[in-house]
Formats: sequence, C-alpha cells, structure tokens
Amino acid sequence: MLKNRIIPCLDVKNGRVVKGINFVDLQDAGDPVEQAKIYSDGGADEICFLDITASNENRDTIYDVVEKTSKKCFVPLTVGGGVRSVDDINKLLNCGADKVSINTAAVQNPEVVIVSSKKFGSQCIVVAIDAKKSGDKWEIFTHGGRNNTGIDAIEFAKKMEDSGAGELLVTSMDRDGTQVGYDIDLMSKISSMVNIPVIASGGVGNLDHLVDGIKLGNASAVLAASIFHYGKHSVKEAKEYLDSKGIPVRI
Amino acid sequence: MNVTIVDYNSGNISSVINSFKEVAKDKVNIEVTSDLDKIKSSDKVVLPGQGSFKSCVDALNNIDGLSDTLNEFVINNKKPLLGICVGLQMFADVGYEETETKGLGWISGKVSKIDNQNGKYKLPHIGWNEINIVKDSKIFKDIENNSHMYFVHSYEFVPKDKNVISATTDYSSNIVCSVEKENIFGTQFHPEKSDKFGLKIIDNFINL
Repeated sequence: MLKNRIIPCLDVKNGRVVKGINFVDLQDAGDPVEQAKIYSDGGADEICFLDITASNENRDTIYDVVEKTSKKCFVPLTVGGGVRSVDDINKLLNCGADKVSINTAAVQNPEVVIVSSKKFGSQCIVVAIDAKKSGDKWEIFTHGGRNNTGIDAIEFAKKMEDSGAGELLVTSMDRDGTQVGYDIDLMSKISSMVNIPVIASGGVGNLDHLVDGIKLGNASAVLAASIFHYGKHSVKEAKEYLDSKGIPVRI
Repeated sequence: MNVTIVDYNSGNISSVINSFKEVAKDKVNIEVTSDLDKIKSSDKVVLPGQGSFKSCVDALNNIDGLSDTLNEFVINNKKPLLGICVGLQMFADVGYEETETKGLGWISGKVSKIDNQNGKYKLPHIGWNEINIVKDSKIFKDIENNSHMYFVHSYEFVPKDKNVISATTDYSSNIVCSVEKENIFGTQFHPEKSDKFGLKIIDNFINL
C-alpha cells in the first residue's frame, strides 16, 4: 500500500536555514545540509528546500547546498524558490535535486511547465501554488507571497496538471507560519479537482494538523517546517502519531 | 571492478551517480559515460531512465552504436545490467507512452499505463510503497520482504513470462516492480532514492 509522505521543509536564504512567520521576520537556525541529513536519518520521506528570497537575490548558494545535500541524503530532494527557466531546472537537477518546484514562473509563463515536464519528465516537476482566500474562492500569489495575481487557484491547479506537472505543492498564504493548521477546504477542493498528488503546506502547528491534511484535505503528502525545525516534534514522532490514527506511513 | 552508469541524456541521473559512488566508496570504480569502448570493457552496467519510454528510447538510439553495444554486453556476453525505472521498462518489446515505441526486447512484454480505476487512484504513483518479494533475487540479499521503496511512475512493465518477476507492489493493481532474468536485473522503484534499503540493493548489484 502506498504510504502518505511526511516532508520536512527547510527554508533557505543565502545558504542558511531560516523559517519565516508569514514570510517575514526571519530567524537564522542552521546549516541546511546537516538539517537535511538529520531529517533523512529520522525517517523523512522526502526533503524540501525552499530558497525563499531567491526571486530577488543572488541564488547561486542554493546550488552548492543542493550538491552537498544530495551526496548525503538518499531520499528524494525537492528544491524550489526563484526557479524561472528550463535552464534553472536543468541546473538544479544536475546538482542533485530530484524534483524542482516552480511557483512564480508557472504563473507568468506556463510554457516553462509544459517544456520542462516534456524534457525532464513530469516526475520531477512540482508546481507550487501559493493561494489566499478571497471571498468564496482562492487567488494565486507569486513572488514569495508578495504579488496577488487574481488568478483562481482551483482553475490554475487543473491547468498545471494539464501542462504536465507531476505534483502540486499547495500552500495557504493565510495559514503559513500561523500554526493553526492547513486550509483544509483549499486542499480538499484542489485534490478532488486534479488526479495528480497534492502536497499540503502552510500552517502546521501540531501533529493533528498533519492528520487533518491527509484525512480531511485528501493530501498525498504533508509538508511542514517549524514543528520539525524547532524541535517541537521529530519526524519519527509525527509518523508514529499518524500511524496511531490509522494513516499509512513508512515506519 | 568497473561499473558503468550509462549517460545517454535520459534525464536526471545525478542521484544515481551519487548513490553508486556512496556505496562503491574506493573499492569499485564508477564510470559515467556513453563511450562504447568503456561500456564494453566494464564489468557491470547501470541503465537509468527518466521521462517517457519514448524519450528514453529516442535518447538511446541517438547515440550511434549504443543499443548494439548494450545488446552485446547483455545478450552475448551475459554480463550483469541493472535497469532503473524507465531503464527497466526499456527491457520490454514495446512501450505505449506518448506513442507505440519499440523497446530493447530483452524481456518479452509491454509497458502500458497503470490502470488507475477511472481516477480513483492518483497518477503518477509517487511515494514509498512496500515490495512483495516473490522470487529470490540476488539483488534482494538481506532485503526483508515488505521493505519500503520509493516509486515515481505512471507506466508499468507487464512481462509475458511471469517467472522473471522478482517483486511486485500493490497500488491500484498489483504492479511488477522488479525483474530478474539471468544477468538482467531491473527495478521500477528508485533504489538510489530508497534510503538504506535502496543503497543495500545497489550494494548487492555491485557485489554480484
């Protein structure tokens, strides 16, 4: 039986791990390579690096981080943040990323998703959707949550599936950093709309939130940062908890 | 000993390279090349593959003499080869991803889309799934039955002769996830991304 995945996410800035509250107020907290190794040794099903300020700054440091991590961690490694072109994707894959997540570029130029999924295979193309509730729908934000595009998130999710995305990483901008739980409505709506796996992200504050993301949000995988990063829970504890709630996990 | 990972522009192979180098340490020389003479003189060959069946077959055929060299290595010289993901799928006679495409024909059978029961199951089949070992395979030495391996694929290999199947996995149906036919080995899952058990499979292949 296929297991639900737990994916710790490390937000990286200038080669160092940070985790923001609503994408601002960053706190430095460690070396990404070491952190990733701790997670993979602890049973993380995948590791995710998000180069959070990459849209605006020199991002060459991430290549070095990815290269070092991929020589130490033998679970899938997803890297996102500031990925603009097919060439960026190629570089990250060559450094050892297994999947690349595309956010702003997928909105501005969906051709990147179409071309890259044909060139490298859908299995390595993750489209990251940052969505914020607006009335009775959700709208897509880009540039690390700074720009509102007004694009409907559910329709966009479907479009990305059709464009060749292998997975969708759905982040609720309202919840990110708040620790009050995933936006379950958003997750379940997108998950029911597409036939590719959905990774839930944004808002995890406790282990029940992970359970809800899978049971109520119908996510195939749950991504979280701060609950793992600041030592509140280990990945192992999270898996044991999910297992106790009847969710299939790899233990 | 020389183990060659065939680099034929079949997508991202850095993880395969990293994992083989990790396992090989300094004991075994890992080459990454499409050089025909180097492939001929290696002791073992790894055939990775990402993307579609068609894109991998096309990439293979784009390198003059590569498919003949692999044929000679595997069929005439009976030297060990490990196919990973689409690398395994290409063992088949034919694949149906994108369009009907001829495979290497080493293990009779076809590669077709996983039946996801009209959308009841998500595709690709992504994540960790248990393997049911159905036959003693040399690459499963010290691998427990029901170990978890990392999968990512939407197509499956359906061999004609079921005796070649060494492991299956359960998703929307029972999927062939590992084959062994004499000197030919293949895994649909990614040992290079399957943590310590995956590395053990790589170690077993290197030590055949």
